[in-house]
Amino acid sequence: MSLRSPLARAPRARRIGAGAVTALAAVSLAACTSNTPSTENEDASGQQAQNVVANDEPGDEVVIGFSAPAADHGWMGSITTSAKKAAEQYSDVDLRVAEGTNDVNLQISQVETFINDGVDAIVLLPFDGAAMTPVAMKAMEAGIPVINVDREFDDPNAARVTVLGDNYGMGVSAGTYICSQLEGQSDAVVAEIAGIDSLPLTQDRSQGFEDALKSCGLDVDNRVAADFTVEGGERAASNLLQAAPKIDAIWNHDDDQGVGVLAAIQNANRDEFFMVGGAGSANAMRSIKEGGSVLQATVIYPSTQAADGIKLARLLAQEKALGDLVEVEVPREVQLYAPVVTKENVDQFLPTAFES
Amino acid sequence: MSSPGVTESQDAEQPARAAGPEQPHESTRRTGGGDLSTRALSLLQTGVGRNAGLVVALLLLCVVGAFTAGDRFASTDNALTILRLAATIGVVSIGMTFVITGGGIDLSVGAILALSSVWCTTLATQVIAEDTHWIVMAGVALLVGIGCGLVNGVLISYGRVVPFIATLAMLASARGLAEIISLRRTQIVTVPGFRDFFTARLLGVEVQVWLFALVAVIGWVVLNRTTFGRRTIAVGGNPEAARLAGINVRRHTVLLYVLVGVCCAIAALMLVARTTTGSSTHGTLYELDAIAAVVIGGTLLSGGRGTIVGTVFGVLIFTTLTNVFTLNNRSISEQSLLKGAIIVVAVLLQQRLANRKSSE
Repeated sequence: MSLRSPLARAPRARRIGAGAVTALAAVSLAACTSNTPSTENEDASGQQAQNVVANDEPGDEVVIGFSAPAADHGWMGSITTSAKKAAEQYSDVDLRVAEGTNDVNLQISQVETFINDGVDAIVLLPFDGAAMTPVAMKAMEAGIPVINVDREFDDPNAARVTVLGDNYGMGVSAGTYICSQLEGQSDAVVAEIAGIDSLPLTQDRSQGFEDALKSCGLDVDNRVAADFTVEGGERAASNLLQAAPKIDAIWNHDDDQGVGVLAAIQNANRDEFFMVGGAGSANAMRSIKEGGSVLQATVIYPSTQAADGIKLARLLAQEKALGDLVEVEVPREVQLYAPVVTKENVDQFLPTAFES
Repeated sequence: MSSPGVTESQDAEQPARAAGPEQPHESTRRTGGGDLSTRALSLLQTGVGRNAGLVVALLLLCVVGAFTAGDRFASTDNALTILRLAATIGVVSIGMTFVITGGGIDLSVGAILALSSVWCTTLATQVIAEDTHWIVMAGVALLVGIGCGLVNGVLISYGRVVPFIATLAMLASARGLAEIISLRRTQIVTVPGFRDFFTARLLGVEVQVWLFALVAVIGWVVLNRTTFGRRTIAVGGNPEAARLAGINVRRHTVLLYVLVGVCCAIAALMLVARTTTGSSTHGTLYELDAIAAVVIGGTLLSGGRGTIVGTVFGVLIFTTLTNVFTLNNRSISEQSLLKGAIIVVAVLLQQRLANRKSSE
């Protein structure tokens, strides 16, 4: 940690201090405060910390433009707030936030404004990846590196770096965890509450889940789809509980809709099963920490990926390399891991979880 | 009974925008009051005066923009950014001006835009377009717009469904159909030439911006200089009187909704070119943006008075506001709040003017 760090981190550290974070190693603290998912740093040990410090040293002043869709979901809200927090960490970053819109026309004009301004880098979570491709291309052609977060452009040349979550991996993590919990019960009833079914991300999650269950001889017995909202989750779960009189395990794709799912479970007075969540909201994690609920675990889809985007944008603009890699240049693509959060490791993930 | 006829002859002599407000409710025409306040009021009530208010508002915004963002605001590139943003919603708003002037409302503009964008980018359409010309896509979009407008118009004038309800139904169905056709996926345009046409520059300005200008000019001429425009005002002001004067009100109403449908299709094509995609999520909440622009422009929501110039200013005011906020790193939420305030102030001012006028 550099001399600057304690000062810069003081407010955050206080906030986190309430938790059991103090018990964690210095590396983990660095992970929390730097807004990168801890998994990236876990296996990195001391060397990573050194590299982070080297890169964290103030460099050239850089202007980063940031645009994301409207915060109509806890996860999306956290995308913007964690990106802002990541930028606040650095005295050399001037973050311009063109906030929250689901209108591609408007989001395009926001990016055009960044291009006019001649910002040093643009971090973009598009409302619609394909629709934002032309303007991202325009930025790249103007010599401004674009960091594409979460929703991919349809042309790889439109982004210098792409930061992605792992939807398929989420399904695999959830399935593998359920397999380990139901070991040996090949007749166990597994249910799945998906998000919006027509979205590729939902299909990827379900595919991963199915594949992982298959490897231990299980399959999805009951499957319903909701729509990422509390209300939709409640409706879907009520139907599911009606349809399946006995369940052993449920995977619910999304913790925001999980609030509704848990309400439905409570209304139906059911507790013969355990549930695994998805996305990783602070709500869900607190409930996992307390115990006593059917919610035993959740699988993370990092809401801090735009924050990673900001960090990478800064490195790019300052022509620095990514610590811990031999490469001189920042990689082309970073795909984040989808870890399972249980009572045992929840403290490690709680600080970066999103509030729904 | 003879009033619309009289109106028409008066219009021909009147400055165009002044003609609008004076229309059918009135049997007595004011010829400018005696004392100063009435005179000032009458100036406000003419098109020039009302638009002066809008010009002042826009200039004020520009001053704020230039003051807070300096050269970042006052540059050609930024002006073009504002115009590009304004173009799509602007074309929709021109169509909306006609419907509202004609005493109706169209809540389905965003949904029609989405459906047009999806339909003209389906694989089948694009395959045909690749074999022939991208104009096929434009044709498909226009047909969708016309079709939706026709359904709206027929339901409203022959089915006697209230415009609010009929177009609300279209809002739901058109977007639903767009989702079904696209399977909620984003359809990418691969046809060569399509995007090039709309993003090509003419005198340094993109074709899509010129299209907006063209639609606005045509809209102004049609509303102020043609029988169609005068009929629109008559139908909106007093449909019964218009009917008695021999205007086919039902047919005219259908035409108005077809017209707004066409505008939506044009806007859809512009958005498809801008994003290179057709999607069922395009145009979300455009109905509100368009109505807001029309209303602050000075068109009466109850019909009978409409101004294209006002609408263009309304659109520019809102898009400039967005731009100034973006440049200053301010949130969309604050902007929405201010937008609401602007609408309320504009409408309150209008009402005051209308009340004073009727009490005279």
